[in-house]
Amino acid sequence: MLTTEEKHQIDHEISLVPSPKNACIEALKIVQQSHGWVSDESLRDVADYVGMSTAELDSVATFYNLIFRRPVGRHVILVCDSISCYVMGYEDIRNQLFEKLNIKYGQTTEDGRFTILPNCCLGTCDCAPALMIDNDLYRNLTVEQLDEILTKYT
Amino acid sequence: MEKPLTQHIVPGRKPLSLKEYEKVGGYQSVRKVLKEMTPQEVQTLVKDSNLRGRGGAGFNTGLKWSFVPMGPDAATPKYLVANADEMEPGTFKDRLLLEGNPQQLIEGMIVAAYAIQASISYVFLRWAYKVAAQEITQAIHEAYAAGYLGKNILGSGFDLEMHLHTGVGRYMCGEETALLNALEGKRANPRAKPPFPQVSGLFGKPTIVNNVETLCNLPHIINNGAEWFKKLGLTEDAGTKLYGVSGRVKTPGCWELPMGTTIREILEEHAGGMQDGYLFRGLLPGGASTDFLVEEHLDLPMDYPSIQAAGSRMGTGTMIILDDQTCPVGFTLNLQHFFAQESCGFCTPCREGLPWVEKILLAIDKGEGKPEHLLTLDFHTKYLGPGNTFCALAPGAMEPLQSALKYFREDFERHIHEHHCPWSKSKAWQPSI
Repeated sequence: MLTTEEKHQIDHEISLVPSPKNACIEALKIVQQSHGWVSDESLRDVADYVGMSTAELDSVATFYNLIFRRPVGRHVILVCDSISCYVMGYEDIRNQLFEKLNIKYGQTTEDGRFTILPNCCLGTCDCAPALMIDNDLYRNLTVEQLDEILTKYT
Repeated sequence: MEKPLTQHIVPGRKPLSLKEYEKVGGYQSVRKVLKEMTPQEVQTLVKDSNLRGRGGAGFNTGLKWSFVPMGPDAATPKYLVANADEMEPGTFKDRLLLEGNPQQLIEGMIVAAYAIQASISYVFLRWAYKVAAQEITQAIHEAYAAGYLGKNILGSGFDLEMHLHTGVGRYMCGEETALLNALEGKRANPRAKPPFPQVSGLFGKPTIVNNVETLCNLPHIINNGAEWFKKLGLTEDAGTKLYGVSGRVKTPGCWELPMGTTIREILEEHAGGMQDGYLFRGLLPGGASTDFLVEEHLDLPMDYPSIQAAGSRMGTGTMIILDDQTCPVGFTLNLQHFFAQESCGFCTPCREGLPWVEKILLAIDKGEGKPEHLLTLDFHTKYLGPGNTFCALAPGAMEPLQSALKYFREDFERHIHEHHCPWSKSKAWQPSI
């Protein structure tokens, strides 16, 4: 069930576009904001609310890599794997994270704290290698900094 | 040296508030166009200035606008969209403008919207630019409060709404018709052209999509004129350009310089030259989807015609450097992995061809390559080239591949003949799984 607050926010987005369907991505973002991801149930709720079939909405949801259709941890680590970070050695960062957290791309730590995902260019190539955790950007990374960075997230 | 775009940007400092921006001349161009110029006059001035689209395509901005239906019979509402979905790998120039001076972008957007008589505008911002999202939200709020946005702006009778839209990923969204689909709440597949967005764009209405850097140039062109703008460039291309350098250079960064500054000056004077212990081998001049240039090209001016004549594209003007300790096959593989992953999957050559290219490059990089693999790669550079795919993604992907096969073919052959990557000790590519 969509909450009153979610409905209120989705209604606002619908008011800005010609048809409710046009607000579906915004609606998915709103649901993901409150649940962390978009479950099948949430997908159905949003589809009903904006007047789309679940299949049509899922084709949109699964197109975008930052709409999560599987549960994620409390914090999502996005590791930039694009060319400037490659040249500057992002693989060491990635491998250290895999080792420290004992997970690989697409997986979540057992305590539900972190999910790690690859991400294309974060647009901070002069400060490569870079990654984001939730809304925070970390640049000019070295493996030595990782422990301290990770402790900020509980 | 004049730096109109970045003159009020101090990295690490909060951008100017609207009031501060007005004190240094901000929003004068809005007053000028609304009070003294017709939309047609704005279009002509911008066309005459030879401002070319800074997103990479380099199309004359005023000319692009001129295809929008004007007059009382034109469909309404018309839309203006600022393409702030900077996702070309190696590109970080619009971030500087978005975080550093969002008021300048809004001012440019009002000018552009007036020129095409758009009444609704969007900033389509990539999700990763969190600081920019905050700054733009604040800047739009201030612009409404000051009467530069909303109904009857400055008593002119011109109305303009502005909204910030943050994306949810995918490189495809930077392609203007795919961006429009994303804004409409659809999968970001590109659209067939014609009809062009100027005639039938967002929600089927006339729409212009302009890059952030393009839009930020407009206030200065309005205030100082077309001739002033042309004279900023060192070559036949006009204006200044945000150039960037990333990779193993001493001081990577982004600088506003006269259009047509040579690659060598950007690389050596601004980026500080190569880091100690690293030698230059090549560069992509303007993002992942541009052809490699090498040593012999370093004295070329960075402008649209010069780089095109050398067989590449200036693209976004942000260079990525290939050094001697990075494997050219691994470098190319990283790029093709990106393009294969970001293909929207709509047209077959792109959906099937790019993963094939990636798999072959992976095999070569692992030392499992065969001589005929190079011919298959050569074939793909033609088969996925312009005209064979629905949009420019796969042809863009083929640009670094075809030029890597041209300039670094011996390195590909060494992988195949020696059955391993000669760089493997320093840089072993591992698939992103």
